[in-house]
Amino acid sequence: MTKLSNKLMAGIFALFAIFMLASPSLAQSVDVNSAINTTLEAIGASASDAALADGATPEEAAAAASDAISTIVADTFGDRDAKIFNTLLFLIGGFLVMWMAAGFTMLETGLVRKKNVSMQALKNIALYSIAGLMFWLIGYNVMYGGEAGGFIGSFTPSNFPSPGADTADAGYSVASDWFFQMAFVAATASIVSGAVAERVRLWAFLAFTVVLTGVLYPITGMWQWGGGWLAELGFSDFAGSTLVHSVGGWAALAGVIFIGARKGKYGANGMVTPMPGSSIPLATLGMFILWMGWFGFNGASQLAMGTIADVADVSRIFANTNLAAAAGAITAMLLVQLIYKKVDVTMVINGALAGLVAITAEPLAPEVWQTLIIGGIGGAIVVFTIPLLDKLKLDDVVGAIPVHLLAGIWGTLIVAWTNSDASLITQIIGVSAIGAFTFIASSIVWLILKVTIGIRVSEEVEALGLDKSEVGVEAYPEF
Amino acid sequence: MKLIMAIIKPSKLETVREALSGADVHGMTVSEVKGYGRQKGHSEIYRGAEYQVNFIPKLKLEIAVATAQADTVVDIIRKTAESGKIGDGKIFVFDLEQVTRIRTGETGDTAL
Repeated sequence: MTKLSNKLMAGIFALFAIFMLASPSLAQSVDVNSAINTTLEAIGASASDAALADGATPEEAAAAASDAISTIVADTFGDRDAKIFNTLLFLIGGFLVMWMAAGFTMLETGLVRKKNVSMQALKNIALYSIAGLMFWLIGYNVMYGGEAGGFIGSFTPSNFPSPGADTADAGYSVASDWFFQMAFVAATASIVSGAVAERVRLWAFLAFTVVLTGVLYPITGMWQWGGGWLAELGFSDFAGSTLVHSVGGWAALAGVIFIGARKGKYGANGMVTPMPGSSIPLATLGMFILWMGWFGFNGASQLAMGTIADVADVSRIFANTNLAAAAGAITAMLLVQLIYKKVDVTMVINGALAGLVAITAEPLAPEVWQTLIIGGIGGAIVVFTIPLLDKLKLDDVVGAIPVHLLAGIWGTLIVAWTNSDASLITQIIGVSAIGAFTFIASSIVWLILKVTIGIRVSEEVEALGLDKSEVGVEAYPEF
Repeated sequence: MKLIMAIIKPSKLETVREALSGADVHGMTVSEVKGYGRQKGHSEIYRGAEYQVNFIPKLKLEIAVATAQADTVVDIIRKTAESGKIGDGKIFVFDLEQVTRIRTGETGDTAL
């Protein structure tokens, strides 16, 4: 070795020695650890002594000692750790559900024609943002600020504790709960945008989104998750087959009815003119992003991860969620092959998503064989109802109504099969009440928008494409 | 001078181009078009709705040649673009009035 590398080695050793000697935490931790061990032994010893004095055998006394130690550790650290893990679940689940916004965007842009892609992208950016703003402004407190058994909370903005001030008294941090729930509202709003695509006016749609995310969703959400009258009745919707997906689906159905079909879509004698989407890869990517986000959507709806039982439940939910999607996809695939002799990839995409929606109402309780049936029937529902909507001349561009509304209703009703705490009657009541409220309220909003600012673009704009007319940016200018 | 317009199956482009370059053809323009003749469309299904695809993708070749060359070129195209099945395409020959090379300003046969 050269002189230089010798000096280098000596320098490194010197630094290391200085660090070891000067490091206070290293010295302290040795002391603290032995202090903790001494204390715990003392606690165990006193519990053991007390048990022996009561006439316990040595084995029973040893058991009493270890119980006492476990209890003290759990009480001191368990509560703190539970709060941290619960909050972590909300944060992770929250951003996974937020990522579903990307999923919806890819799915929708992939299923609309080239000339409307920029508009679809823009709508998704805007609705996600509006959902967050409205949920802060009034939504969260309308949903969670009400009386138990009530119908509506308070129209006030949310406040987050100052930095360092939150002690997570509810078992999780305030902001994490707001963030997690906010992501769900955004998912609801996104469902509507796909159904009315290619002919809805941008600002009319966004105005509807303001009402949906600020008022409609929070009210029905309050009835169940906010401790309202449906919750008291025993209605069960774990992660939102009804509260999120059906609500979005009813709002979408109302929109589709009031806005009408795209020009040229339906002809005489039941003729249907397909308008194929612009990018199958994007649509498929969107489905997979939604699939992944759903682990947050369902998994984090356990609302707790501070015990082994809870985190095990979250794990079971992840597994069920994945299997339901797979069952939905394969069922759709088999049915489409049998019926049409060709496998329409867009139907398989819808099938997977319908499986996910169906399991969302109860992703924890089912055994795997039940999960497969629930998800599989969700997939079957979309295969049969997509053409059915066309027969009724309801032009739903991406299949939002079959996937979210119909599979959502199915998923909510079938909870009574797997969850012994739920009953079919209460499930029906919940589905109907939320359905009626959302559909009627949405219809009123669409109608008001229709007669005031108009909800549909003109024929020329529709033919030219929304990108050129309303966005001013073509999605694929060089193609 | 003649302008030869040939509608051919897209898969035949390379074969036709190679044969023509061996026949002293100095250039051509190719566009992607759709059309039908006796090869009617076919039916497809999108999300449960059956529909007729009436127009088939084809390629349009446009080649400017000297009058004396026209028959040879038509012959070459016909032989190389043929597959024997319906939908092979058609060749049209137009009278070409004027040709100008943009770079030099030459006109007529020397501009071909």
